Amino acid sequence: MEVPARLAAVAERLAASLGPHAVLSDPAELRTYECDGLARYAVSPGLVVLPESTEQVAEVVRACRDADLPFVARGSGTGLSGGALPRSDGVLIVTSRMRRILEVDLDAECAVVEPGVINLAISREVSPAHYHYAPDPSSQQICSIGGNVAENSGGAHCLKYGFTAHHVTGLEIVTPDGDVVWLGAGKCRQSTGYDLLGVFIGSEGTLGIATKVVVRLVQTQQCVETILAAFPDMASAGEAVSAIIAAGITPAAIEMMDALSIEAAEQAVDCRYPDGAGAVLIVELDGPADDVAAELAAVTARCEQSGAFELRRAADEYERGEMWKGRKSAFAAVGRISPDYIVQDGVIPRTALPEVLADIAALSERTGIRVANVFHAGDGNLHPLVLYDESVPGQGDAAEEVSGAILDLCIGHGGSITGEHGVGVDKAKHLPKMFTADDLDTMQLVRCAFDPAQRCNPGKVFPTPRLCGEVPRRGTTPHPAQAAGLAEAF
Amino acid sequence: MTALDDLRAVCEARAAQPTDRVADVEPRFVAYPTSTDEVSRVLRAASAHELHVVVRGGGTKLHWGAPPTAADLILDTSRLTGVVEHAAGDLIAVIRAGTPLAEVQRVLGEHGQRLPLDEMLPGATLGGVVATGAAGPLRLRHGTARDQVIGLTVVRADGVVAHSGGKVVKNVAGYDLGRLLTGSYGTLGVLTEIAVKLTPVPAARAYVRRPVRSPGEVRDLSVRLKQERLAPTAMEVECPEPDSLRRPARVPGHPDLMVLLLEGPADGVAARAEKAVQVLGGDARADAEPPEWWGSYPFGPEDVALQVVTPVGQLFGPVYSMRDAARGTGMRIFCSPAAGVLHAAIPGDVDPDRAVEIVNAARTVAMSHGGHCTVLAAPPKIRPELDLWGPVEGIGLMRAVKQEFDPAGRLAPGRFVGGI
Ligand SMILES: Cc1cc2nc3c(=O)[nH]c(=O)nc-3n(C[C@H](O)[C@H](O)[C@H](O)COP(=O)(O)OP(=O)(O)OC[C@H]3O[C@@H](n4cnc5c(N)ncnc54)[C@H](O)[C@@H]3O)c2cc1C
Ligand SMILES: Cc1cc2nc3c(=O)[nH]c(=O)nc-3n(C[C@H](O)[C@H](O)[C@H](O)COP(=O)(O)OP(=O)(O)OC[C@H]3O[C@@H](n4cnc5c(N)ncnc54)[C@H](O)[C@@H]3O)c2cc1C
Repeated sequence: MEVPARLAAVAERLAASLGPHAVLSDPAELRTYECDGLARYAVSPGLVVLPESTEQVAEVVRACRDADLPFVARGSGTGLSGGALPRSDGVLIVTSRMRRILEVDLDAECAVVEPGVINLAISREVSPAHYHYAPDPSSQQICSIGGNVAENSGGAHCLKYGFTAHHVTGLEIVTPDGDVVWLGAGKCRQSTGYDLLGVFIGSEGTLGIATKVVVRLVQTQQCVETILAAFPDMASAGEAVSAIIAAGITPAAIEMMDALSIEAAEQAVDCRYPDGAGAVLIVELDGPADDVAAELAAVTARCEQSGAFELRRAADEYERGEMWKGRKSAFAAVGRISPDYIVQDGVIPRTALPEVLADIAALSERTGIRVANVFHAGDGNLHPLVLYDESVPGQGDAAEEVSGAILDLCIGHGGSITGEHGVGVDKAKHLPKMFTADDLDTMQLVRCAFDPAQRCNPGKVFPTPRLCGEVPRRGTTPHPAQAAGLAEAF
Repeated sequence: MTALDDLRAVCEARAAQPTDRVADVEPRFVAYPTSTDEVSRVLRAASAHELHVVVRGGGTKLHWGAPPTAADLILDTSRLTGVVEHAAGDLIAVIRAGTPLAEVQRVLGEHGQRLPLDEMLPGATLGGVVATGAAGPLRLRHGTARDQVIGLTVVRADGVVAHSGGKVVKNVAGYDLGRLLTGSYGTLGVLTEIAVKLTPVPAARAYVRRPVRSPGEVRDLSVRLKQERLAPTAMEVECPEPDSLRRPARVPGHPDLMVLLLEGPADGVAARAEKAVQVLGGDARADAEPPEWWGSYPFGPEDVALQVVTPVGQLFGPVYSMRDAARGTGMRIFCSPAAGVLHAAIPGDVDPDRAVEIVNAARTVAMSHGGHCTVLAAPPKIRPELDLWGPVEGIGLMRAVKQEFDPAGRLAPGRFVGGI
């Protein structure tokens, strides 16, 4: 059967089993799902299905298996690497009708939620009891926990608290074959057997669909202090970051913004950061009151020694919110100063910051493409915003090039092409710059174990799929004796 | 050429001796590769000669887990040592797998840093600790080995060398093989280099101890401590078998001991220790040093070694029922209640049927709380009677992963869950 006929058959089967309201096939409706947060790539899905339960997700996956059609999971569609980009010959499984918080267990400090639950909804639910869910991507008001699991999302406070992988202890998944399996330890902190949970997290929806997520809840700290430090330039701000870390302090967050991103934030949200700042740092400390007091004094001293010309300390929650407002809105804010922009995501060793920032500035100078810098300075995760104007011929391509060159800088310093936004479709071509063919082959052994038919989000992450069951590079692999240095290859 | 000749062409190798036994299995050879490349060539030679391979780190607990069904070659990592890179400013280090954990901590300590993993058994190597996914008291604040590994180099059974992760603390490029390999007991590949994230050695420490009389009391005190938000780095409870169970006499029981570790800036630690003493009441006091059992296991090499895991705060159920089932055997338990993990030792001279009863009791209660009970090690007389792992969720997918990584079943066959 041809693809359209198979899609139609699946639509019919699912309309019968899930109800007609769960299946969308009208082209206008399908188009609303054509891209995620990375709008440069767009494909109208063959079919959209909105399941409401694990059983329904399993039924959709089995229907895809029976019809041999690929499928892609989608949470809120805020991903920035095209991970949820649909397939025209496949089914898009959207979790937006799976938004129940199933259980909150404060004794065991965890909650069990459906994958479509919005990240911030969990913290809202448990904040009266002084708990929260720690990973806090800037998109936390809209992104789903299922998407967070798939991307191993981070956020400003991950410096101290870790990423999604550190805060999810159990997952119920529907495997690419349509079976329902639990991975991990449920509500416990330690599982038996291989850590399949650990490898599923961050696999970008290529190993199955998460249908229930057990998340850890973290007690809100006794005391929180937030300071905003203004520096004449990026170099002195970078120096302050190194000095804070060298002093043995692990702040909850250290965020940095440069002059261009500050300008954008001022225009967008009127955040009123100190005039004339070449860079600002937001440093947040949390913990027991006496510890925080000691650390606050140390951080203040380090900032001043590094050249901070103004230091503000948030007096209350309102002022803290004001300080964060500029940082949290930064991505969207650059829309005020540039018609188009690329949000880049790369990682470098923290100590390479001054050098890499100088290189980015030089790159920008040479190409005439402006770059605004916003980043999680504590862990070296850069978010350069590459600004351009699509209506100026050639600028789009030039921006692409600058954006790619920034990744090369990251790799050159022993860093990574993505710290939290994932590889998706966007960066698959860059992955071989970081990993050898053998590395990628080995990673895909996991793919072959979970999804030998490669129906689950195919074409993402890996530039070249591995044929499962295939002996890699058959015929070119050296004979074991030869490889062991025991025989010559003549 | 013989297998030994082929191995010798790669690195130092010798015929095995009785002391090289893995559980009851007599290996034929031992090889000592010194680099990733040599490990790769050893494994290619092993594969050419169809040898089954067991990796040995410090060998401190090679007899743990199920005995491998075959072990022709011991791949010994004791020459695969050294800190390759320590970037103090970036709080990371890259370390060869055979490096003893104590040596790792010594090198890092010179720069005021540490790898926040406890050395539970003296002599353990970093590779061994990562391969078993081990952790001690520090797990409460820092998690287990999987949370410290940011990148690694692994050699597959077919000799292919693969890397994952990298040298930066934040990285989501590609699948995270680091988490998969951590706790895989050498059944998926041989770890040769491990990149880890580090933490500063805290300026000050205090151990607050409080004798406790029952698991119920531990639970109540834990709840009270939680409300104070004192951010302990660790909390451990030592539970020897109470005298009241040993002899049904009215001798006052040797009490259990609850110990809280507080770390941070000196002023903060002092203030929190004072607060903790006040909250805990009773005979609580703060000390600069830990009790002698801190960061060790309750069991010795002859004992049946158990690990029980439950959701946080629910360990007290299993403790009551295990104690009841083990009445009179002299069982010792070390608990990490805030992490939901305990280790227990049943003396190895216990009757095998009795050991089965105790394990069943622990497992039943643990499972009723959504947890599990694993037999880490047992003497040969008792081991065959015991189900070491109990039911394992997701075992089908685990088998599939093993099949992909090691289709010929050459790495430590039979050692892992479900006979993997
Ligand atoms: C303004 C803005 C700010 C952002 N800030 C951050 C940040 O600070 N940190 C950060 O890490 N990210 C950030 N992001 C990126 C994005 O929000 C995260 O990647 C988020 O986790 C995506 O969630 P989502 O629900 O939108 O997923 P989607 O975009 O719908 O999907 C993302 C991926 O997850 C897969 N997926 C979705 N649901 C499931 C499921 N149930 N099971 C299996 N796979 C699934 C999809 O197939 C896809 O591959 C930001 C994005 C925006 C637009
Ligand atoms: C089955 C088992 C369960 C354990 N559970 C716990 C626990 O829950 N909590 C805890 O704190 N401690 C636990 N330990 C003990 C702790 O892990 C030891 O401190 C550590 O294993 C000793 O390291 P070693 O170098 O002596 O390793 P060894 O005793 O030599 O080896 C231990 C295991 O790791 C494998 N291994 C060693 N090096 C490598 C390598 N480079 N690459 C791949 N595999 C390798 C070995 O094949 C073997 O299976 C456990 C140990 C074992 C064997």
